[in-house]
Amino acid sequence: MSSPDRPDGVHSEPAVPSALPFQIQSVASVGALPSVGSARLTRATGMRGRHPLVWYIARRVAAGVVTLLVASALIFVATNALPGNVAEAVLGKQATPQRVALLERELHLNDSFVSRYGSWLVGTLHGDLGQSATELAEGASSTSVTGLIGRPLFNSGVLAMLTVILLIPLSLLVGTLAAVRSGRCSDYAISYASLALGSLPEFVLGTFLIVIFFSALHVLPPVALVPLGSSPFAHPNALVLPVLTLLGISLAFCSRQVRAGVIESLRQDYVTAARLGGIRERRVLWRYALRNALAPSVQTFAQATQYLLGGIIIVESLFAYPGIGQLLVQEVLLRDVTLVQGITLVLAAIYIAINIAADILVVWLVPKLRTGFQ
Amino acid sequence: MNNLAGAKPKDIARRRGQTDDLVFYGSSVRLHWPRFLRTLQGIAGLVVLVFVVGVALIGPLVAPHSLSAIVGLPGNGPGPAAPLGYDFLGRDVLSRVLDGGRPVLVLSTVPIAFTYLIGITVGMVAGLSRSLVDPVLMRVVDVFIVFPPLLLLLLLIVGAGTGAGVLMVGLVLVLFPGVARLVRTATLEASTTGYVEAAVARGESMFSLMRREILPNITAPILADLGVRFSAAVIFAAGVNFLGLGSSPPAANWGLMISENREIINTNPWSVVVPALLLAMLTISVNMLGDAYVRSLGRSSASR
Repeated sequence: MSSPDRPDGVHSEPAVPSALPFQIQSVASVGALPSVGSARLTRATGMRGRHPLVWYIARRVAAGVVTLLVASALIFVATNALPGNVAEAVLGKQATPQRVALLERELHLNDSFVSRYGSWLVGTLHGDLGQSATELAEGASSTSVTGLIGRPLFNSGVLAMLTVILLIPLSLLVGTLAAVRSGRCSDYAISYASLALGSLPEFVLGTFLIVIFFSALHVLPPVALVPLGSSPFAHPNALVLPVLTLLGISLAFCSRQVRAGVIESLRQDYVTAARLGGIRERRVLWRYALRNALAPSVQTFAQATQYLLGGIIIVESLFAYPGIGQLLVQEVLLRDVTLVQGITLVLAAIYIAINIAADILVVWLVPKLRTGFQ
Repeated sequence: MNNLAGAKPKDIARRRGQTDDLVFYGSSVRLHWPRFLRTLQGIAGLVVLVFVVGVALIGPLVAPHSLSAIVGLPGNGPGPAAPLGYDFLGRDVLSRVLDGGRPVLVLSTVPIAFTYLIGITVGMVAGLSRSLVDPVLMRVVDVFIVFPPLLLLLLLIVGAGTGAGVLMVGLVLVLFPGVARLVRTATLEASTTGYVEAAVARGESMFSLMRREILPNITAPILADLGVRFSAAVIFAAGVNFLGLGSSPPAANWGLMISENREIINTNPWSVVVPALLLAMLTISVNMLGDAYVRSLGRSSASR
């Protein structure tokens, strides 16, 4: 599954595993070790030789920064795809020419494309993502994008973290269970249930959950309203359905991958050796098979986390949860270009960071990848 | 990923009800009622898919009301005149459900066709080229996968506005990199075989090499991937509509119907449940078919 012909650099293999919701990945290689093309740790002298892991991390981070630069350029080009005037779009058709001109000046819309991109990039490096176009148009007091996205980002982080915390043990459990019962009824039941669950769009699964838990059972609220300024933890009821929706779809994906990984390692010689050595089956399963299936699972969980970045956009809109995804959709509707650019750049940075973290974790977990011989 | 892992070939054959020729010989994909459609899973997937596509295609012809006509009280439940009740504006839900499938299908099938056209071409050219073309093409492909697909779609909508055209272009951009990578890998593999080397030695042109030697031999991985990718297209297309960034209001669309009728979910749940159910049936059946096909290939090709 490695891609030996890929040159090192920006996009050395796992820079981004997939553009698609990770369901696509279920067709791609399963259970194999994550691509180690970029994990080629040469036995050179000096820095590289003495600290291969440090050298590897440095290279991955550098590649990540370049990827982020590419992403920023793409964000800028895509949001400026049509020459339509942002100021007019934001202010509406009734706006006076003076107001349009003023907003254009405030947003530096009259500068050249390249110089706008340049100053946006420089500002970003200083932690300043620019001014929100709609807030400026409304004459709001605080218009900085950085200030506007802080709170929603935290709320979304809570949602994603809760999902991941539940996802990892659950999918390991379900996946291992299915692997042990491979080929039997319970395995088929789990497999088909996860196939169906993983096929659903988030808003369809969420709608079914609302119908069940709100309309029919009256136990949970249909919207996850978290009042401005209060922590989502103060409203645990509101979090249940959004987390359940995200969990359902990512669990379907992850448990299938874990299952494949465990089946793969149950077939290895060391498992047979352990069994022949009289080690109890339970111990063989959890200590030998599952532990060795963990390394590929790290990549699976990284993909699931990356999927969550897209999933929260839909789920937050469905449940009116005040997170970054809902804000993004609102601002897309209002065509607040600067705010959308800021949010996407932050999300892209997280996306890339998850990738790098997963790669490093795998190299750290699998000693084989560190030796330089593979 | 497939339940047959770990089983002996004989068991696999028995479980599938096959005793004769096991599966798939390299290039010959048999198209006479393919084997994967003879399994229970394949049949079930096909029946459901035909039903949903039928509703979407024939629906607009038999819808009792116009999709924008207000014929009842907003949010009223089912009655004799409206089997599925009325939506948040008092329009007939049944008519809108019957009308709302076609855009979902069009918005996913058209981009999928272009996705495969572009993806297969790019992948094969990259896989066969021995020059700079390969790395350059693949880096271009990589540009489109630096962040989540839905994010790229939203960015494009901010830049170019809402509309079916923008959505379809966006879907192709989001979906084709995966196909291109997959086809490139398959092409690289196929190009090491004797018959391709023989064709090169005969001096065949690049085009005929691709069409006659490579393409017939990489159909299996391409088809194996079609199910999930098509359902991804449906999910994104319906999702963007759900967010209110697709078809503009009077038009019906299953994705849009779910979001616009959310406020009346208590008085008339059918207005939300029926479109959700149809979308679920569509994505599940497509994935079932894809999975059935992958299983019919057996283990060796399935993991590609």
